[in-house]
Amino acid sequence: MLTILFDGIAYGMLLFVLACGLSVTLGLMNLINLAHGAFAMAGGYCTVILVNRVGVPFILGLPIAFLVTAALGGLFERTLYVHVYRRSHLDQVLFTIGIVFMSVAAVDYVMGSSQQFVIIPQALQGQFIVFGIGMSKYRLLIILICGLLTIGLQLMIAKTRFGSRLRAAVDDQRVARGLGINVGAVFAVTFAFGSGLAGLGGALGAEILGLDPTFPLKYLIYFLIVVTVGGTTSITGPFLASILLGIADVAGKYYMPKLGAFVIYTIMIVVLIWRPQGLFARSAAR
Amino acid sequence: MASVAEDVAAYLARRARWSPLEIAFWICAFATIWLFPGKHLILTEAAILALFALSLDLILGYAGIISLGQAAFFGLAGYCSGLLAKYGLVNEPVIALILSGFVAAALGFVTSFLVLRGSDLTRLMVTLGVALLLGELANRFSNITGGADGLQGVTIAPVLGLFRFDLYGHTGYIYCLVVLFISFIVARRIVYSPFGLSLRSLKGNTLRAAAIGIPVKRRLVAIYTVSAGFAGLAGALLTQTTAFCSLDVFSLDRSADLLLVLIIGGTGYLYGGLIGAVIYKFLQDWIASLTPQYWQFWIGFVLVVIVLVGRERVEEWGRALRASLARLGARVFARPVAIGGAASDGR
Repeated sequence: MLTILFDGIAYGMLLFVLACGLSVTLGLMNLINLAHGAFAMAGGYCTVILVNRVGVPFILGLPIAFLVTAALGGLFERTLYVHVYRRSHLDQVLFTIGIVFMSVAAVDYVMGSSQQFVIIPQALQGQFIVFGIGMSKYRLLIILICGLLTIGLQLMIAKTRFGSRLRAAVDDQRVARGLGINVGAVFAVTFAFGSGLAGLGGALGAEILGLDPTFPLKYLIYFLIVVTVGGTTSITGPFLASILLGIADVAGKYYMPKLGAFVIYTIMIVVLIWRPQGLFARSAAR
Repeated sequence: MASVAEDVAAYLARRARWSPLEIAFWICAFATIWLFPGKHLILTEAAILALFALSLDLILGYAGIISLGQAAFFGLAGYCSGLLAKYGLVNEPVIALILSGFVAAALGFVTSFLVLRGSDLTRLMVTLGVALLLGELANRFSNITGGADGLQGVTIAPVLGLFRFDLYGHTGYIYCLVVLFISFIVARRIVYSPFGLSLRSLKGNTLRAAAIGIPVKRRLVAIYTVSAGFAGLAGALLTQTTAFCSLDVFSLDRSADLLLVLIIGGTGYLYGGLIGAVIYKFLQDWIASLTPQYWQFWIGFVLVVIVLVGRERVEEWGRALRASLARLGARVFARPVAIGGAASDGR
């Protein structure tokens, strides 16, 4: 029972790191980015190549995955995404689905369609037994890293100058522009950072979620659930939503394996009917 | 002095007239039965896709609802017609087709209330969620649906008890084309009715439409249900012509491809889905013959390019092409296309 809770929290934390970039971009630029998973996949494959082929230590591979994906995200943002901000939602959906299709086929071409595994160091395998609860070391590491990241993000958004600019831009873009905040630059940095986080999540999650070319399509729905259920105005909303989703998914698969993913889809639809703006959202400013 | 109602009626009657170009289009469509007997299998797929795209055009092009879950209705009706035939409940394909369409429409009616709420993103999520939910159900209840192996052992009886489905897909193609044509006429009738006009108005501005007394929610529920029914017909046709149905019918790819079809052809004039489906099918066939495994990359590439170039611009080209074709048609048929009503043309 507690093991399931533990696994669920680890899973939820992972989802949060994967999806929080998406929630910020959606809230900031009103951009529906279905290609977020492609960046996560890029991070995962980056780690696989570095750790398995080049022989970089796993712990060093994670920050490199973050940096590579962030650079990739920044590049895409400046060259491609910048053209679709002002378009209709339909255009954004088409555009990002196109990117997903391209990334799936491109990775298939380069890396092959089979599932990839990251070699995890000996020290991280195995379990701790605490009060009779089996806790896998790797999952504990995930909770640790993701927990620190969450606290760091929260502090950054609440305390730093960049954070207050970001919040201002999310709340009211026009006024923020009027006050001299360069919203475009804020967005570019945030997009790159969010993509980087997704890449880190993909690298960490390669072991738990599995990594193959269809990753962006398979987990797209999970990211979107986190964002729609959690709302896009804060960072705590998506955090709580992903923990909830993680626990519900793990518990659902354990107790009712026959129903499987059915549980979370049902929960999502119910939540969306009940609170279309998301479970933890303030009333929308716009 | 004509009253407003008469004005509107005259406007609709004028717009609803079949133009020579449309007649030529359908003559060409039916001529393919004799002209390209070797291409009937791919043309069957194109006809089914066209009907499916038609259903999306009704809600996207006319009512402005973005949906990623049209596959839910497609798949439900597909399984429904497959099961009806497999267990011999309804042997006659036409009746099974109509029944499956109604089942899909019923699902559309129930889920339409979910679509009424929230923004574009919420709609996207809910429609996608419904499709995934059904896909998951079909996967879990494998004792009924065959699970990941697909629904096998389906034998489809001859259409109307007269025409057997043959190996080369001749019967299947004619059957699909006739169903497509009838559905198209129904859709055309809906779109050019006052009801269709009210849909256009609420796509333009929901708030104003509500202010002039259009019951927005009821209209959306109605068109979503009708659209689900058409999508269901397409799904049932697929199962009947291939005598097979797999989990793939619910996939996100299918709904996403459908959006691409509609974007290629253009939204909001019914023929967009039809033309787009033919272009898409042959494009896909051509790319797949070049790179069998990676055709998806080029499909994605086309999507990205279309958006970056600008959907409006692509549609502008299409409109210019249609206009010149219409002029050509008018000259060939040697009669003026726009008869009468020149006074109120300004609106």
